[in-house]
Amino acid sequence: MTTRAALLVLADGRFPAGGHAHSGGAEPAVKAGRIRNAQDLADFCLGRLHTTGLTSAALAAAAAHGLDPLALDQAADVRTPSPALRAVGRKLGRQLMRAARSTWPSPELAALAAARPRGAHQPVVLGLTARAAGLEPEDAAHCVAYEAVSGPATAVVRLLSLDPFEATAVLARLAPALDRVAEEAAAAARDGIDALPAASAPLLDITAEAHAAWPVRLFAS
Amino acid sequence: MHLDHAHHGPAAVSADAARPDGTRRALRIGLGGPVGSGKTATVAALCRALRDRLSIAVVTNDIYTREDAAFLLRNAVLPPERIRAVETGACPHTAIRDDISANLEAVEDLEEAVGALDLILVESGGDNLTATFSKGLVDAQVFVIDVAGGDDIPRKGGPGVTTADLLVINKTDLAPYVGSDLGRMARDAAEQRGELPVVFTSLTSAEGVGPVADWVRAQLAAWAA
Ligand SMILES: Nc1nc2c(ncn2[C@@H]2O[C@H](COP(=O)(O)OP(=O)(O)OP(=O)(O)O)[C@@H](O)[C@H]2O)c(=O)[nH]1
Ligand SMILES: [Mg+2]
Repeated sequence: MTTRAALLVLADGRFPAGGHAHSGGAEPAVKAGRIRNAQDLADFCLGRLHTTGLTSAALAAAAAHGLDPLALDQAADVRTPSPALRAVGRKLGRQLMRAARSTWPSPELAALAAARPRGAHQPVVLGLTARAAGLEPEDAAHCVAYEAVSGPATAVVRLLSLDPFEATAVLARLAPALDRVAEEAAAAARDGIDALPAASAPLLDITAEAHAAWPVRLFAS
Repeated sequence: MHLDHAHHGPAAVSADAARPDGTRRALRIGLGGPVGSGKTATVAALCRALRDRLSIAVVTNDIYTREDAAFLLRNAVLPPERIRAVETGACPHTAIRDDISANLEAVEDLEEAVGALDLILVESGGDNLTATFSKGLVDAQVFVIDVAGGDDIPRKGGPGVTTADLLVINKTDLAPYVGSDLGRMARDAAEQRGELPVVFTSLTSAEGVGPVADWVRAQLAAWAA
């Protein structure tokens, strides 16, 4: 069975799962002057890809592989030191669950929704969604790795009025790195939950906590 | 109105008329329109007019603050557990039309926190004339414009003005000061909207929201029927 088109549907930035309201840490980075142009955006994305991106992609691949989603949800909690980001991960997971159950209904999605009514972590839900759509673990990893960089890129276009062609070129130049991270994530997922990567980006954790307390902001995270 | 939502596939999908426990969910009405036209003022006045007889909750969609929710809280139009603010990532129309997941979650949370509700008002962040609500999010929508934004807005049309279930032309008290021709606005609106209703309001008086409240009551009667 070929499933390439299903992957496009799931990875489409317009898939209605709430991501558009989140900047992936780009808003505080812009405010702090760490992202000012396309080169800064590329650096930011590369850092996010190899930390949060890799960790999330592996969780998604593991869920797509059929590992216990509740154990993976716990593994995601353990890998997310920032309470604000844990809340965001569950909120986005809940929103994705709604879209996923309408698009690819499956007993496994229904069971996870029943076990975690306030939301399981987004990468776990995404992996299970990929599974319901007939996709492979590596597809799920690709999808999550891509989201880890496409979210900030879209946000920076809005925050800095960055040329959208430049922002898209940044993503295109990251493609080989994205492929490698997705492969690495999928490989790790084959070795079971305890072998999943736990790369993290402390600065993203710290700025996420501060950002969550801003009274005025464009993005929810 | 979309009164007969088919029940198919998974539960808790946006447009289902019943909640997961089988009870009828609240009627959901969206309020959209340009920045500053009086959406929050309309929501506040509606709550005051209807809250004694109906169980009401509100979802606000601010663009970059929580001002609307804060205004409603400050003015105590409803207890705090009945007001939820959704963050929209600089794109209010996305959150009410293209990706309604955060708004649906807010609606679900309200019904969970407060119990059975009759009416949920969903206010969009101030946007442009093309912003409309998804039918997966609301059952009917109100578009609020005002006389001070230019009396040619009804003539310009656009999805909000043309297709909303109710068009509210607010701030009629300001018409003499800004030189807006209410008769012309009424004629242009009728031309764009055909049979769809239009009401003129001024929210500076306590009864000013009356025509909108009457329309909401009629929607509720149809929803409950
Ligand atoms: N004179 C007059 N002022 C009004 C009327 N209705 C609202 N206003 C005022 O208009 C201003 C904007 O009203 P809001 O209700 O906040 O408008 P809004 O559409 O919610 O604005 P955004 O949410 O920012 O898009 C406030 O200062 C209101 O007091 C009216 O009928 N007459
Ligand atoms: Mg408002």
